[in-house]
Amino acid sequence: MTKQVTLTIDGQQVAVSEGTLIVNAAKQIGIDIPVFCYHPKMEPVGMCRQCLVEVGRPVVDRATGQVVMEDGKPKIQFGAKLETACTTPVSDGMVVLTASEKAKANQREILEFLLTSHPLDCPVCDKGGECPLQNLTLAHGAPASRFIYDEKQHADKRVPLGDLIWLDRERCIQCARCIRFQDEIAGESVLAFYQRGRATDIITNSEPGFDSIFSGNTTDICPVGALTTADFRFGARPWEMKAAASICSQCPVGCNVTLNTRREAKSGGKVVLKRVMPRQNEAVNEIWICDKGRFAHHFTENEHRLATPLARKDGKLALVSWDKALGLVAGKLADAKGEAVVLASGRLSNEDLFNLKQLADGLGGEALLYTQMGGGELTTAYGVPAGTNFAEMGIGTTILVVASDLYNEAPIWYLRLKQAAERGATLILANARETKLEKYSQFVVRYSYGDEAETICGLAKKAHVGEAITSAENLVVLYGSDGLGLDGSSALAAACAELVKSRAGKPNNGLIGVWPRANDQGAWELGFKPVADLKAVFQKANVVYIAGADPFGDNPELTSRIPHHASRIPQHASRSTHPAPFIIVQELFLTETAKLADVILPAQAVTEREGSFTSGERRAQRFYPAVPARGQSRADFVITAQIAAEFGLELEGRFAARVMDKMAATVKTFAGISYRELAETTEQWPIVGRGDLYYGGTTYENKQGLGVILALSPSPTGRGARGEGKPLRPDEDHWLAVPVTRLYDLGITVATSALLKARTGGAHILLHPDSAQKLGLAAGEQVELNGNRLEVRLDPTVPVMVALVPRSMGVPIAGPMVAKIKAA
Amino acid sequence: MFEPILTRNIHRPNSEKIATYLAHGGYAAVKLALTKTPDELIEMVKRSGLRGRGGAGFPAGVKWGYMPKGAGIQKFVAVNTDEGEPGTFKDREIVERDPHQVIEGVIIAAYAVGASRAYVYIRGEFFLGVKRWIKAIADAYEYGFLGRNILGSGFDLDMSVHRGAGAYICGEETAMLESLEGKRGNPRLKPPYPAQAGLFGLPTLVHNIETLACIPHIVERGPEWFASIGTAESKGPKIFSVSGHVNRPGNYELPLGVTLREIIYEHAGGIRGGRELKAVIPGGASTPMLTASQIDVPMAYETLKAAGSELGTGAIVVLDVTTCMVETARRLTKFFAHESCGRCTPCRIGSQRLYETLDRIESGKGTMDDIDRAVELARGIDGITFCPMGAMLVNPARSAIQHFRPEFEYHILNKHCLVCKSKERNYG
Repeated sequence: MTKQVTLTIDGQQVAVSEGTLIVNAAKQIGIDIPVFCYHPKMEPVGMCRQCLVEVGRPVVDRATGQVVMEDGKPKIQFGAKLETACTTPVSDGMVVLTASEKAKANQREILEFLLTSHPLDCPVCDKGGECPLQNLTLAHGAPASRFIYDEKQHADKRVPLGDLIWLDRERCIQCARCIRFQDEIAGESVLAFYQRGRATDIITNSEPGFDSIFSGNTTDICPVGALTTADFRFGARPWEMKAAASICSQCPVGCNVTLNTRREAKSGGKVVLKRVMPRQNEAVNEIWICDKGRFAHHFTENEHRLATPLARKDGKLALVSWDKALGLVAGKLADAKGEAVVLASGRLSNEDLFNLKQLADGLGGEALLYTQMGGGELTTAYGVPAGTNFAEMGIGTTILVVASDLYNEAPIWYLRLKQAAERGATLILANARETKLEKYSQFVVRYSYGDEAETICGLAKKAHVGEAITSAENLVVLYGSDGLGLDGSSALAAACAELVKSRAGKPNNGLIGVWPRANDQGAWELGFKPVADLKAVFQKANVVYIAGADPFGDNPELTSRIPHHASRIPQHASRSTHPAPFIIVQELFLTETAKLADVILPAQAVTEREGSFTSGERRAQRFYPAVPARGQSRADFVITAQIAAEFGLELEGRFAARVMDKMAATVKTFAGISYRELAETTEQWPIVGRGDLYYGGTTYENKQGLGVILALSPSPTGRGARGEGKPLRPDEDHWLAVPVTRLYDLGITVATSALLKARTGGAHILLHPDSAQKLGLAAGEQVELNGNRLEVRLDPTVPVMVALVPRSMGVPIAGPMVAKIKAA
Repeated sequence: MFEPILTRNIHRPNSEKIATYLAHGGYAAVKLALTKTPDELIEMVKRSGLRGRGGAGFPAGVKWGYMPKGAGIQKFVAVNTDEGEPGTFKDREIVERDPHQVIEGVIIAAYAVGASRAYVYIRGEFFLGVKRWIKAIADAYEYGFLGRNILGSGFDLDMSVHRGAGAYICGEETAMLESLEGKRGNPRLKPPYPAQAGLFGLPTLVHNIETLACIPHIVERGPEWFASIGTAESKGPKIFSVSGHVNRPGNYELPLGVTLREIIYEHAGGIRGGRELKAVIPGGASTPMLTASQIDVPMAYETLKAAGSELGTGAIVVLDVTTCMVETARRLTKFFAHESCGRCTPCRIGSQRLYETLDRIESGKGTMDDIDRAVELARGIDGITFCPMGAMLVNPARSAIQHFRPEFEYHILNKHCLVCKSKERNYG
């Protein structure tokens, strides 16, 4: 317990812990000291001088060391100068005046200085309406300026710092929040001051410009409209927009976000999604989100969204009514019974997956998880329990990251682990190649692709690293699928679980899966099982009900089982006598899989409906509808329930909340959880998103729920499968191709967001320069991998004779494979 | 006649050479100092009453005492040769003509505070000074005054030179440390002070080179001798850089406490062309100017403060009656606006606005309000900036208006200058 210090601010007494800054002590009792450069998440710098206050301290008699008393009260001596509330720590008996004549005069004058050259853009500025400079001017500014108007300094107003962020140099007040965010929080020092004095400018010193995946956050904390996103720039006025709480669906972190929407003429009078903003959850994403989460939202409004059910008639897909589609689907499923297979992915919500599982169970069929990463039954058993928070990890905590490139797979975890390491946590990175988080790690364990599980099995016995693991007060293990498929990752999960088993149930200890999708963990919790051989599924099943997955898009070879695309059936593959299965696809888009379907059921996007996701930390979190549903689309859980109803199986299909109630009643790890509980919030620090936008930025306050970490299920229902056979190895003549994850891939959410798509650069593989030389290739040239033409990029961190193949970039790759690679 | 101490060697032929320095008793103080304990040396400097010569006048011995004790801690000495204050040219002369005197001071200071590494930061434009520093340090190594086991004492000290890239603010100690670390030269938040966390976050003793040049003499001749020179609160010799409208501009080493009148009329040969004195800037461009009636003030920290100015760097700029005070204030403010690092709002924007206001008055476009506006601006900037530069940058304008307000009014009413009667401007 840190020492408490009592002080008086504007007549109110407050006790805070020693070392607290005056500005934060005031905040705790509801006194807002105006600030521009100060931000509660960053080191104070005292630059803008807006927060100057009068500070008095008790007079201490030097001889006796006693406080001098006057009229029975301690004698307070005020300094001759004002002091910055943002850099001055509190001390016992301190008296702070934030609204004295002297303090107010300073607040007025600093604002006047800032406004002398600030353009009168407010009527068109993105920030207008949620602008700290505007708000503070109204609260503290002088009614008139003493400076002559035509001496305003003019500067460039349209400076693209990068593809995503624009700078208006006239609006900038040089608070350096953006520079400091990049330096201190993102750890990507790509912004800097250029020039000096009145000519001081923000510049980017990276190539390409503003090369950071966290860049959007700078627009939230910019206290003026100097930094705006290319996505939202001149898009809407803040007060025109409505806000809906949501959960980012891009990765397993589960960042809390707010979706801002507006009904607008230019979208034909429809309510559309204008921007994604972070929503505070100090245990998940604090007040940050990555650029993918912020900008990859355009899929909701994409014109190619499915809007009506379709059914195949005379070999072609044709519009049908819901009634007809449901009847058709239900009939096929009821006939198939145990020969029916449900194939779903972690893109769906807990409620959707629960209903799908119930449906599969009701038919006696299988509920399969479409994934290339295993081990979910182990995260259910040995995951991190309630009370876990990366923000609390520091000295005494060891964090092991295995086979995961967190920067690309779960950017906010990257930030949080970086911070934990900076607070003194021991970070161990184990991977076959160098990843970005390594620069913050204490230990790096390098293995060859194929040795993942074996390496982890032997880790505890290794000198230094082993000790860091076994003697750690807290141990968290994050494993991913960098370079791995289903088998490899399952085996790895089993090895990782051994490290944390003895700590099961202890807060800040456990196993976390860095899943490829937002709700993979939820699917595991609800009893979905991964499937290794999809081809066999399509060979055996009579009906396949696919929801939220695109197996044929990811692997075109699968089409050999489907008759509708005759041209794509290789002759030798169609020898099976078993008829092709009836395929039902529940989707947002006409994916490659949907194109092969017999019936297509249009689903609602996460932005259009209610539901919940289970994050990689096993935190169940609610999302809420933001925009009206596209066409006749329905929520996945509703569709499933309606199908079930057709053949007499009763599932909840009206309210997501009631699906959760059913889940709570039947699924062990969801026991006792309700939507009401998920919507509960407690006071969070720092206080953000209220009237005080200048303090924390435009991040939204969380009023819609902090989520709940699921209970552990101590007896795992299955065991992590051991990898079979010998690991694949590259040699002189054989290339090893392994899958890796890129943040900006060509998945549908990025592909429909033009800004991000431009940053993906198209299909490529990464090779070591020596490997490329062997092929006689230079960077940027074309290579042929198993028949796919790709661009070669060079990366010296890739092992020789290994090709990194980014997932969802057009090359089918389920796991490590021996590949034929040659110059194209 | 005061016998020069710090400048005693500078008129000798080859004064910058180590042989010359050694021939005239150089490095004797180091030998003596190494026989004493660090605490004895700190005590000596405290007793001498030496105050920093870089402008702020902080007691040197107290600064030494703030350095953490103990051998286990890496500590630094940073030597400030970033002489950028307009009107000041004393450091340049010392480094160009007698660098070994400073090196000797650095060795003693480093030994006293337990530093094993010294960095010289020198203004980039001092081309000769850089060469002299490098040569002097190389020679000191060769003679065994720097490097391992100096003079068999077991004390090690390494020293090297770093050139600045041309920023006034890098003369401020924490900005200098930032620049030394290879960063943008912005002042740092204090506390922590450099003695706690300075260069690369480690305890650092930062001194102006004139301060360091005093050290060998204090060690050799004793603190009492040093304290016998000067006034009650200002001890020792001081090099006064005299420039402006005098017959013999130059550096004059005199005891602290000598009057401005004596410096101007006896040492600097009086006003050029026998003209009448109008104003004097006593301590470099950033100190408030004094009028001709105030020149009997002794040049000491306390007396100048009482007169409403500062000793600063002791750079005396003499202005005769042909000087336009509006233009003086305008030009000096322009310098400060140009040199503001831009870090804090009042300095970044206030300095520019102050300059613009003065420029308007000077060019005949001002209004009577502008004078009050300039005064208000000066008040608004003073005391609230991040570093002391804000308080300094307002001094030329504020003191010029205070003493010569009618000249400003004349400019506004007549749209030309009271002194030169010209509407033309042929300066920048």
